[in-house]
Amino acid sequence: MEEQQVFDRVVEILRPFAKNPSALASVSKDTSIMKDLKVNSARFVDVVLELEDHFGIAISDDDTDSVNTVGDAVSLVMTLKK
Amino acid sequence: MEPRRVVVTGLGVLAPNAHGPGEFVTALREGRSGIRFQAHLKESGFACQVGGIPVGVETLQSSYLTQEELFAMNPNMVYAAIAAIDAWRDAGFSRPDASSDEVDWDTGAIIGTGVGGIDTVAEKLGPKTDAGKVSRLGSAMVEQVMSSGNSARVAGLLALGNQVTTNSSACNTSTEAIADAFFRIREGRAERMLAGGSEGCSKYSWAGFDAMRVLNRTKNAEPERASRPMSATAAGFVPASGAGILVLESLDSAVRRRARIYAELLGAFVNSGGHRSGGSMTAPNPLGVRRCIQGAVAMAKVDSTEIGAINGHLTATMADALEINNWCAALELRPDRMPWLHSTKSLIGHALGAAGAIESIAVVLELVHGFVHGSANCEDLHPELAPFADRVVHSSRDVPELEIIAKASFGFGDVNGCLIWKKWKGNGALA
Repeated sequence: MEEQQVFDRVVEILRPFAKNPSALASVSKDTSIMKDLKVNSARFVDVVLELEDHFGIAISDDDTDSVNTVGDAVSLVMTLKK
Repeated sequence: MEPRRVVVTGLGVLAPNAHGPGEFVTALREGRSGIRFQAHLKESGFACQVGGIPVGVETLQSSYLTQEELFAMNPNMVYAAIAAIDAWRDAGFSRPDASSDEVDWDTGAIIGTGVGGIDTVAEKLGPKTDAGKVSRLGSAMVEQVMSSGNSARVAGLLALGNQVTTNSSACNTSTEAIADAFFRIREGRAERMLAGGSEGCSKYSWAGFDAMRVLNRTKNAEPERASRPMSATAAGFVPASGAGILVLESLDSAVRRRARIYAELLGAFVNSGGHRSGGSMTAPNPLGVRRCIQGAVAMAKVDSTEIGAINGHLTATMADALEINNWCAALELRPDRMPWLHSTKSLIGHALGAAGAIESIAVVLELVHGFVHGSANCEDLHPELAPFADRVVHSSRDVPELEIIAKASFGFGDVNGCLIWKKWKGNGALA
């Protein structure tokens, strides 16, 4: 799967959890999931479950803690899918 | 110092036969039933296969709640949120901006539930935990299974800063919620309270009642005839769901902001029969019931003869006749002098923890519009109620002189609640 495809899918997974639609409209790899998109920190658990289900991967707690931006999530998915 | 007077300034109702006070008053007047055949109950082997469930909520909810909010809400919470937002707007307020840090410290919420998020427990929490998949539960379990999930969500939607809690006393739940909110405003601890209850539509909420054989199993082919309070052929209650929320407000605050006032709550009383004198986990102590009614009437400072109608608990079990006799004894009136008798459950079933509030909204609307709705399906009146036959309202009747209605709820655990509502007649009634 190409990186752009993963990026697009990650954004779609984040969409229902994002409380800031304007940040979603101009989302990039540098967009912070919590600070910019205003995803509730508690809900990030659910984002991780969606990523696992969609991409068929298992994400450890340490890996979860390393994700701050959309680009971090995309990179993590690309790495774990290899 | 005289206690503060408390009035109703907003109504929100999501019932099996209507959404909103406008639809609800029409449904009550027309005797429109909200009881329908429920295929999912048949598939699960229920003897009772009828129930009252609000319709169209899946479409409706997206105009009230964001995807993110709905992600962590079960039907019990969604019903409460819709009814609370409706009541808030009906009282003349707008929904606060979610990005604003402003909190309404003068307004709180007591929104009860009888069974709460049991569907979330049964469908998600239990199976995943038993399968060793706790890590797959996600973040939304706790807020859906905590008893206070319904009131907590409403607090966030409306930025409420006064007391926010969920009470539970079985079928007395939302009558008790209204009473407690009334006491809080009366004492000056809040200016406004959203008060009422909600109950989800899960088969898991109803299965235990079916097992007890207290649900009607004789009218699956005739759903609209299944809820039969006061009938000789009453054979158990019909389970229902929904939400009723009232905005209770100090009269001072309502007058100050020139709010529309629907009715005044004159008196309220809650108690328990202590499981004595025939009372038990499932039956009422008649002395407790009578003391409760008399306590509410005494607080209201009205005479029994001033009560124009009774909206009873009246579920369609063998307790109906006992209840009417308790009302009669408590009010010390001859059967032929009793107020008009009727049961809203005959149209919508028994919404458990939401019942008292939905039925109180029916009462408020009856006072506003000067009518008593018909109590359906008791053409064959229970023989023990023969002395009251002329006081039972079978089809809606205009009663323009109606000023006071008594509403009571009685619940498992031998708990009771009674409210005395008065028609609001404008500021002339202040004297």
